[in-house]
Amino acid sequence: MKKPARVFSEVIKHLFKKPATIAYPFEKAHIFPNFRGRIDFDSSKCIGCQMCVRVCPSKAIEIPTSEHQPPAPAQVEGQPAVAAKKKFDCIMKLDHCVYCAQCVEICPKKALIMTQDYELAQTDKAKLRRHYK
Amino acid sequence: MSKITIPLGPQHPALKEPENFMLVLEGEQISGATVNLGYNHRGMEKAAEGRTYLQNLYLIERVCGICSHSHTTTYITNVEELAKCETPKRALAIRTLFAELERVHSHLLWLGVAGYEMGFETLFMYTWRDREQVLDCLEMLSGNRVHYSINTIGGVRRDITPEQKAGVVQRINYLIERTNYYIKLALEEPTVAARTANVGKLPLDVAIERGAVGPTARASGLARDVRKDEPYLIYNELDFKLITHNTNDVFGRLVVRALELVESYKMIKQVLNDLPEGPIAVKVPMRIAPGECVNHYEAPRGEDIHYLKSNGTDKPERLKVRAPTLANLQSVAYMLEGGWLADVPLVIAAIDPCMSCTDRAAVWNPKKGKTEVYSWEDLRKLSIEQYRKRGVDFTRL
Amino acid sequence: MELITPLAYLLIFPGFLFLAVYGLFLQWVDRKLCAVMQNRMGPPWFQGYADFIKLLAKEVIVPDEANTRMFRVLPFFAMAAIITALLSIPVWGTALYGFQGDLVAVIYLLTIPTVTFFLAGWSSASPYSTVGAMRVLTQLFAYEVPLMLSLIGPAILAGTWNITEISAFYAAHPVLIPAQLLGFLAALIALQGKLERMPFDIPHAKNEIVGGQFTEYSGRLLDFFLLAVDMEMVVGAALLNAVFLGGALGLTGPAAIAMFLAKTLFITFLLALLKVLMARIRIEQMINFCWKYLAPVAMAQLVFDIFLKYKLG
Repeated sequence: MKKPARVFSEVIKHLFKKPATIAYPFEKAHIFPNFRGRIDFDSSKCIGCQMCVRVCPSKAIEIPTSEHQPPAPAQVEGQPAVAAKKKFDCIMKLDHCVYCAQCVEICPKKALIMTQDYELAQTDKAKLRRHYK
Repeated sequence: MSKITIPLGPQHPALKEPENFMLVLEGEQISGATVNLGYNHRGMEKAAEGRTYLQNLYLIERVCGICSHSHTTTYITNVEELAKCETPKRALAIRTLFAELERVHSHLLWLGVAGYEMGFETLFMYTWRDREQVLDCLEMLSGNRVHYSINTIGGVRRDITPEQKAGVVQRINYLIERTNYYIKLALEEPTVAARTANVGKLPLDVAIERGAVGPTARASGLARDVRKDEPYLIYNELDFKLITHNTNDVFGRLVVRALELVESYKMIKQVLNDLPEGPIAVKVPMRIAPGECVNHYEAPRGEDIHYLKSNGTDKPERLKVRAPTLANLQSVAYMLEGGWLADVPLVIAAIDPCMSCTDRAAVWNPKKGKTEVYSWEDLRKLSIEQYRKRGVDFTRL
Repeated sequence: MELITPLAYLLIFPGFLFLAVYGLFLQWVDRKLCAVMQNRMGPPWFQGYADFIKLLAKEVIVPDEANTRMFRVLPFFAMAAIITALLSIPVWGTALYGFQGDLVAVIYLLTIPTVTFFLAGWSSASPYSTVGAMRVLTQLFAYEVPLMLSLIGPAILAGTWNITEISAFYAAHPVLIPAQLLGFLAALIALQGKLERMPFDIPHAKNEIVGGQFTEYSGRLLDFFLLAVDMEMVVGAALLNAVFLGGALGLTGPAAIAMFLAKTLFITFLLALLKVLMARIRIEQMINFCWKYLAPVAMAQLVFDIFLKYKLG
């Protein structure tokens, strides 16, 4: 059965409906809680094992040792001296990252954290190289 | 009337990806068509040789945006077969769920593209609006709309919670209702029939001869579907029909895809209803045992074939991808000839081409400043030289 | 003063300026309506004006192969013909320059833009524009006859070839307006074809032949062509309003202008509705449709009008 202008009733119905699209920059898109966004870094947890660097498919992560190392804790009487815990930075190249979150999965100390940030565009390329301290 | 040659592409509003069709026109009718490929070559197979198996997952995912799950699943089946790993049942079920969700998303996308190519923008807008629902499902389950990255060697990365299950079922119910409406619309709207019926004819014998795959072949009455012919994942436990149509034209391809959507919804519900309990992944060592492996998979566009060769290290020695569009492109030249210029975009769109999957054979020569397409003899000569350097002589083969 | 008044008529109201501003406004109304019906947001109200100003500032590129003089002059020809056509169509009750037989003159004046589209495509000398140009002409033969036939019907019933008098006749006999329904619908569809809008945007179907006849046009020249198309929509809607809907319905002054705006908006709505309802058809299907269905419908209306005229005396 052919009916000319079959979509007529649907089209008229939509005259009185709100648009399905959202006015994006003014109104934020809905993001699900485990969306894979920018990777964040917690320096206090990192042990510098470089697992994330090795597993990253796009070579987006570097884990250098920090410039300012914390001082060794004061020696407690009667106990052997404790070495200072080494501190590590993380350089995350957002323009290389493919947001697969494999590094988050592989990290043994949960030092890398997946966030839901997705508005990462920059006009300056240098800003895409995030240095987490 | 004098003949004019019109280039369709590599940059043309009808084409979403660069490819080139040279059309010889007599008035509005096409008397000859040639297909030129090679504008989208990215050297993925070579790149895969320099990465570990795990890193390759994310590379292979980017062979094509729409079939991202198809390519990784085919690849990972190869890897797991070589590593002789027992993938948990629950992981296979989740992979099947993603495969069908991806098919829904791809077919809805195609429906919109077809609407756009036939100048029916309302259909385009509605289907793409509804496609958001399935993209939401995928984002909710995997964390991304397009590159799901759900596969990992030995299983899947994320489990499905009961709330997520309910969310998927609710969205699928909405989609079932909408899809039934689109099927009615496509069958009853006269302008859709006028644009698609008897357009881009591909008779059964030509479809077999030219090796058509997927919905293109099924619309020519060829009952060929890897999910039925050689079930992988958990397809042997699912109850679904193999959809074929015998009109051999774009209308048939539209009907096949629309009815496949309905079958996919059915399968998604089946998988969700009896999701096996158990772990979602097992540990697999970084180094994969040496060997060769070939696997195929029914991607939304047709049969996808991967070949993998391992040499015992943590990186593959060779990976070869045969994407479905390459198989279907042979039929496009046949379908275009004798047709109308106005139907060209629709005929090309009807195989659901994905050039980023397909292009792998052109060479850009910076010295000469032009692209060269190697013939079979050239490629053979090159490969013999290449292997002679490694100390293997293939000249007598 | 004697010189200023006609100049003001020509350049400001209802001539060039009004047509341009109202044409771009109708373009927005059309786009917005389509967007809402397709469940989208659509552009903001100033989109048409912003696009117009932006294109004015762009570089004009004339292809080497093209016939330069023709290429540059054609957009202005199209616009001039459309503005001239409006002079005979009543905007506030009476037309600026009405005469016996102006209906035929308007129909011919409205054909000129189409011919300039053809020439524009032809003189661009590129494959896409050549195909577009051929399609423009082919399409002209499809919709022109139904359009003319359906416009003649009301004229015969009114017994005059003057558009102002026709609308005055229907304003005096509103009972006869519904009797013209078939002819009105036929004219509406033919007008859609004349304006080359979906589903009849075959000459510049973007996913087949890129920009069709306008492929090689850029900058100011393209801008004026697009403006001419928008103006043609106002004039087309005004013509249908005057011939089929009784024009201002006997009102005068600002009320008549308000009536004019309301009715042209209504016709724009109908045109927008036609745009979203169907898939674009092929050129040969368009010709088949126009000659098999549209022309007989218009003809039936014409015969009915002659019969009615005979009955009414």
